[in-house]
Order: sequence, then structure tokens, then C-alpha cells
Amino acid sequence: MKIHEYQAKAILAEFGVPVPRGKVAATPEEARAVATELGGSVVIKAQVHAGGRGKAGGIKVISGPAEAEQAARQLLGSRLVTHQTGPEGVPVPKVLVEETVDTARELYLGIVVDAQAKMPVIMASEAGGMDIEEVAATAPEKILKAWVSPVMGFQPASGRRLAYGMNLDPALVRPASDLIGNLYRVFTSRDCSLAEINPLVVTRDNKLLALDAKLNVDDNSLFRHHDLADLRDTSQEDPLEVEATTTGVNNYIKLTGNIGCVVNGAGLAMATMDTIKLFGGEPANFLDIGTVNNTDRVVSAMRVLIKDPDVKVIYFNIFGGMARVDVIARGLVEAYKQLDVRVPLVARLTGNGLEEGRQILADAGIRVIEGADMADGARKAVEAARGR
Amino acid sequence: MSILLDRNTRLLVQGITGAEGSNHARLCKAYGTQVVAGVTPGREGQEVDGIPVFNTIDKAVQATGANASIIFVPAPFATDAIFEAADAGLGLIVCITDGIPTWDMVQVRSFLAGKDTVLIGPNCPGLISPPERAKAGIMPADSFLAGRVGLVSRSGTLLYESAAQLTARGIGQTTAVGIGGDPIVGTSFVDILQRFNADPQTEALVIIGEIGGAAEQDAAEYIKGHVKKPACAFVAGASAPPGRRMGHAGAIISGNNATAESKLRALEAAGVRTTRNPAEIGLIAEAMLKEKR
Repeated sequence: MKIHEYQAKAILAEFGVPVPRGKVAATPEEARAVATELGGSVVIKAQVHAGGRGKAGGIKVISGPAEAEQAARQLLGSRLVTHQTGPEGVPVPKVLVEETVDTARELYLGIVVDAQAKMPVIMASEAGGMDIEEVAATAPEKILKAWVSPVMGFQPASGRRLAYGMNLDPALVRPASDLIGNLYRVFTSRDCSLAEINPLVVTRDNKLLALDAKLNVDDNSLFRHHDLADLRDTSQEDPLEVEATTTGVNNYIKLTGNIGCVVNGAGLAMATMDTIKLFGGEPANFLDIGTVNNTDRVVSAMRVLIKDPDVKVIYFNIFGGMARVDVIARGLVEAYKQLDVRVPLVARLTGNGLEEGRQILADAGIRVIEGADMADGARKAVEAARGR
Repeated sequence: MSILLDRNTRLLVQGITGAEGSNHARLCKAYGTQVVAGVTPGREGQEVDGIPVFNTIDKAVQATGANASIIFVPAPFATDAIFEAADAGLGLIVCITDGIPTWDMVQVRSFLAGKDTVLIGPNCPGLISPPERAKAGIMPADSFLAGRVGLVSRSGTLLYESAAQLTARGIGQTTAVGIGGDPIVGTSFVDILQRFNADPQTEALVIIGEIGGAAEQDAAEYIKGHVKKPACAFVAGASAPPGRRMGHAGAIISGNNATAESKLRALEAAGVRTTRNPAEIGLIAEAMLKEKR
């Protein structure tokens, strides 16, 4: 789960990481008030869950309160289109108003879990301010790494090595090491999948400051972080995806094709999409119905799919294991009762609960184009999508 | 023969009194597995389908000689369950539970390092050894057949799908393992391939990967250096958009190594036969075995 920059900075500040003075504003008047309070020139930053804000006009340097109000009025309620959003962009619900900072150097600091090493890795670079994936691709030697033992926890030695490695002023080595340790504590205590400060700046008066910050939270950890779960901003997500998650379908991703897919299991769902493509079709979505046996979830999945105007056919590929075919079938019967399903249904059903499932669909008189196997189902779905 | 799981395995079920736990305890037992105990704190003295329930694993092991565990407890309690099983010295732990935080798995892996415990999963379907009539998993047993192919997959239902394709062509399996879809799992492709490679009954390998991480590249590297047995592979997610997590926490394209195409190329460079079509897994396995003979 992504959170906004202002929320990430509040968490960093709580853990002793220095951030610029500033406040979030939801209205142009609030932005003006914050700018007045800060005095002098300020930066107005659109709060969206997408990178590339600067180039897209989402970050503006402003000379005073009146201009701050005007800039906020322009940004708030508009949709920001960056290279990370679709052409429709994302709404700007709030702006962050901050003091401007005299920057001497821009550094990079980030922490992720290294899945191969099975431990967190801290990455630091003198090439701050840039897209770190690009640095990794073009100049990997510019990224310093320190792995942290989950038993030992963060040790200042790692911080010193990274600080000296970034050629920091000797007076800044200790503060930098402390800052890195504090970011590590944010990372572990808030179950982050990414904790990133980019850029971490050295100011003209030789201080460290987190100019931008990004925290992504491990979705699987939200059961123990209710405060973080509350930070979810659904305005930044696809509306159909939001509807899916609020009705229990957690693994739905909207795509651009016209064949709606409902599959149990993420791997089989991906393979189903791959097969559809091989037959010349385009999947309208990724949807893993999951393993919990519950008919409501089938109804929710169907509701989301028929709301998608692009969907011309729905393809169920179910291999009954933990999720049983008969439960899926009962869910389908319920969906046809509750919803106005006008697109054809192709189903490839096999595995646990197959016989009962078939009988349930037959008894309910639901018209199903049967796929003998995954490929046959995909082929029939592609044909149905073409109106044949 | 088989790997990890055989007719002598004495399985206990953590979370046996839950709906999924009791259902699958029954199914594993019906398949032929020795399901000797269940563990649910506070439920000692009860029975589930004739299987005695204990409060702790220690007690279950003392009373029944259990040496393996399958876990069905919800994610917030799963780390505790894995710890209890490993702490009791069980040799095999199969964690079906999905949704375990990555940080918990970092700690679990650190705890298991140097121990003789093998953890399969989490977020996995478990494993099945058809020649031994032993199953510690949730897979539909009908799709599997006793034979000579070692099958390993990151995805659960794609494991069933590939097994069903093999079985339909009369190609049986020594053991089929679903290692799980999370970024950090207990056992990697390489760990499983090492075991298949050392198992004299396993004559050929079928590997089912998916986008994300670099586990398939690691597998390719290992095969290149160590494996003489023929191998074939499919990698799911060629059609997945970059940067989106495709259900599994580990299945996200970030960086070039994570794409299906780069994984397939790495496997091909290691001499592994591949297909881009998941409906042709059985077909390429058949061709692989024909060529071998």
C-alpha cells in the first residue's frame, strides 16, 4: 500500500528523521495560511501516489502567500498526469506546503527487503534526486549497499560505511548514520516494503534533510497496523479496483482488453491471461478469486466485471483445490439471480467439487460455454469476444 | 521413491479444528498419508475424524511420533505456528497460510538457518508424493499420478494444472511441490531441484515459474552446473503489466530479471525445454521424455 508524502514525512519526523518545515493543505486558503506562517518563498507539492510529479507540473516554487493560494487552487481538484499514471491522471486531494531549502548535495537513501538474501538491504548513493532504478541500470557502482541482520538489527558501523562511502563531510557522518538507523527503525516497525528518501539533501548550512519521502507498506501487515490502514487513499486507485477490494475481491487488476477473467490462484490467473493473448485476445483484468470458500466473493467478482464496459465475455477458469468448484457454481447461480449479466459466460471447471458444481449450474439453467481445458476455454472466450 | 514426503511421514495438522484444517486433514488421510495428530491450543482431548488433538506440538510429538506438520492457521498466528513446529524439531513444515508479512518471513528464515527443518511455503499448496500415497497439501489428488517426473511450481493452481496435463498423458510424478508465491519462502526452486537431482527415481524435471524475483534464474544456474536429467519449464505472467503485483506478493515485474521472457531465456540457456503456452506443459514434457528414450 502506498501512502502520501506528507504522511510518510510525519512518520519519519516521529522517528527523528529531519524533514523540511511545512504542513499539508486541502484548500487554497489553508495553503495561503501555511505559506504565511512559513514566511518567504515556499514549495507547493501535489500529494499523489505517483512519481514524476516535478516534470508533470505537480511541484511549484512560489514567492509568497498570495501566489501559494493561487498555485494550490490550480492543483487541488485537478488531475495530475505523470509518466507513472495513465492518460487520465490521478486527482490531487491535498498539497504539501513547505519551506524552500538551499541544497548543496542530493543523495539517495532507500531500504527494501532483498528476497534473495532474505534480509533488509539499505541502499545509499551520491546520485540522489534521480530515478534509482535508472542509476542501478546505468551506474550500479554508484549504489552502496548494506545488508542488515534481522538478529543484530541496524548497527552504526553500516551507517558509517555508507556515510563515508557517500563522501560526506566528517561532521555529517554521525548524523547520517543516526538518520539511516532511524529510517531502518521506520522500515521494520511500520512493516514497509519500501522506505525511501530521494533526495536526502545536504543543505548549504551543512545539515541533512529528507526533501522527499516515500513509504510503501506491506499489505499483508495491515492487520497489525490499523493506523496505517486508515491512511489508504482510494482516490488514487482505479475505481473498479477499489470496488473489488471493498467487496472482498482483493486480487483484481484492471487491464485494457475485453475478456473478463475469473480464476482461482494467481499463477493460474496469469497463465490464463497468457493463453488468451496467445489466441489473439486481450484480458480485461487479472482476477484471483482466492482460496476462501464463499459464494459472495463470486457475486462481487461478477459485479465488478459486468460494471466494466469493456468486458464482452467472462471466462471462468477454476481448478478446484482449496476453493471448490461447487462453491464457485453456487456463487455463479447467486450472481445470475442478483445481477443483470448480459455477456456470455465461458467456463473451464475442473478439480475438487466438479460433479456437484456442474449439476448446480445445469439445475439453475445457466448457459455456459464449456471449455474442455484451459486452452479450449481461452479459444472460446476469444471467439465470443469477437462476437462469434 | 519421492522427496521430502513418503509413506513413513507422520503428519500433524496445526489448526486442525478450523474448517480448512479439518477438511484437508481428512483428505490427506483419505489419500493414504499417516495423519497422526492435530494441534489446537485448548482443544486437547478432542478428535477430528479420528485424529487426536493436542494443545502443543511437543505433546503431540511425544504421544504420536509426529515428524512433519502442515499449517492451516490464519496469517497473524502463522509465524508463531512455524516457530512452534521448528522449535519442536519437526523435519518438515508445510505452511499453507497466505498473507504472512514479509518481515515475519525474514525472521523465520533467520531462525531456521542452520536447523535441519525444511519449510515449504508459505502461501503454497503443499506437496504430494503419489508413489508413496502421501500428501501434505490441499491439491486435488485426482490430478496426480505415480511416476518418474519431479514437478515443482511457485503457484498452487498452476501446479494442479500442470500435473493434470502430465497425468492426462500418463506421465506420473515422484513428488510434486508447490513452493509458494511470496517473495520469501522457506524452500527455493534450487533446494527442490537438488533433492530431485539426488533422487534416483526422479528421471526428469518439470519447473513452473512465474514473474517476479530471480528464483528461475537461480534454478537455471543450478541446472547448468549440476543437473543431467532432462528438464522442461513454463513461466507464467508474460502478459502481466510491469509494476503491478499479480496476486502473489512475489509476482511483480520490477527490473529486467523479473519478466517471464528473461526467465525463460535463462532456463533455455541452461538446456531446459520451454513453452510460452501453459496449455502445452504436458506436450513438452512428453516430447522431453521421448527424446530421452
